[in-house]
Amino acid sequence: MPSTDSGLTAPGSTGPGSVGSDPAIRFQDVEKRFGDNVVLKNLNFSVQPGERVTLIGPSGSGKTTILRLIMTLESLTDGFIYINGSPLTHEERNGRRTALPPREVRRKTRQIGMVFQQFNLFPNMTVAENLIEAPMHVLGMSKADALAKARGLLDKVGLADKENEHPSRLSGGQQQRVAIARALAMDPEILLLDEVTSALDPELVDDVLNVLRRLAGETDITMLIVTHEMQFAKDVSQRVMMFDNGAILEDGPPEEIFTNPRHERTAKFLSAVLDQ
Amino acid sequence: MNFPDFSDFWSWERAFEALPILLRGFGNTLIATVLGTIIAAILGLLIAVLLRVLPGWIDWLLKLAVAFVRNTPLVVQLLFVYYLFAMNPVLIEVPALVIGTAMIGVHYATYMSESYRAGIDSVPKGQWEAISALSLPPGRAFRSVVLPQALRATIPSLGNYAVAMFKDTPFLFAISVVELVTSAQQYGARNFAYTEAFTLAGLIFLAASYPTSLLIRRMEKSLAQY
Repeated sequence: MPSTDSGLTAPGSTGPGSVGSDPAIRFQDVEKRFGDNVVLKNLNFSVQPGERVTLIGPSGSGKTTILRLIMTLESLTDGFIYINGSPLTHEERNGRRTALPPREVRRKTRQIGMVFQQFNLFPNMTVAENLIEAPMHVLGMSKADALAKARGLLDKVGLADKENEHPSRLSGGQQQRVAIARALAMDPEILLLDEVTSALDPELVDDVLNVLRRLAGETDITMLIVTHEMQFAKDVSQRVMMFDNGAILEDGPPEEIFTNPRHERTAKFLSAVLDQ
Repeated sequence: MNFPDFSDFWSWERAFEALPILLRGFGNTLIATVLGTIIAAILGLLIAVLLRVLPGWIDWLLKLAVAFVRNTPLVVQLLFVYYLFAMNPVLIEVPALVIGTAMIGVHYATYMSESYRAGIDSVPKGQWEAISALSLPPGRAFRSVVLPQALRATIPSLGNYAVAMFKDTPFLFAISVVELVTSAQQYGARNFAYTEAFTLAGLIFLAASYPTSLLIRRMEKSLAQY
């Protein structure tokens, strides 16, 4: 792996030369503590551009925390995260770990989209307004362009007729599809999916997963997925990481991990999940 | 006309004579209430926002000022500022109604800031996370997401404060603004007709504030859902 971490990288620069070979996401010695509770310790991994990775593991193993760190909803207590080779929240400057200014961080997070377990649509806006808000006010798109794009995306998730509804009038599955469209409206390079079907009634899960399956087939967005839907994980991801106690226990292609896990802990976890 | 006779303490002639005078005084009451509410609503929001964004010690200073205003009587604040302007030759002359309206506005701004704060706090954590996930800049996010949702929780209590403010306008009496109660007092003294004057004053207050509070309750209901 090329080291782009010269310690002298100016803020905002995308790193020297090696743009093509930089991983989309790189964790370097990441530590996350909540008080005395160490959730992630000394975590190192990379995700290549276009790669779709599913994070599995028992609850409390730190999977969701990883997504939240990348989205900067939590701040890491130590280490560095690099997005396309440039530091996300902290950089090494003169040998010291220095926080980047908020504006700088927001410029990076623009390339990252996230879909939440609880949808988190803006209830005071219509579906269309939810979709055009960030493209207009973050990317500077015109209203007409943003709206055209929003309509295209709503069509893709099968909700073209819901444009003028408020989220409260939609089912959970519909709300989650709107949330996916809202994330896609920003043209993210990286999409984080945090247990996106866990809050849904069972009969609504498939609609959402099928939208995501199609998306995985059509685009080269880098995806990091936390899910308990193992069949879905098998279908869409090229790589599975099994977490336990804030560390990576196993890392490999889904066929290998699901059918032939190396660790007993993984086998136990999988049989417990598949029993449900 | 054939009115019942309880002329010992009530004269309909006096009442009818007093009414237009009282209504003229009521004009000042309305000015103080409406402008005071506008000042309080804007300043209250400003205080609530500043208390969220200001760093350390400035934040502490503002909190102190808010606590000071909230914990001293309105009438003391009115008299203090009124005499500050009246006795100080350096300061320009300001009409008592202007001072009174501004002070009522400032006084209630400190209460309304608390309602705004509670409203902003009531916006769920997931909304803030969605704001971050979309990289919305703070100013825009506040206007388009946080404030509209916070106002739903805040507006009913702002309305209640407006009614309370309306009922506090008689304090302007202290700085000789001729509002409703002052004009009732003056009419009563001139004609020895206090019963008529104050009965009417009370009825005018009731006639204005009761429908307003009903309106607020309706607004509260219609705001409860998107």
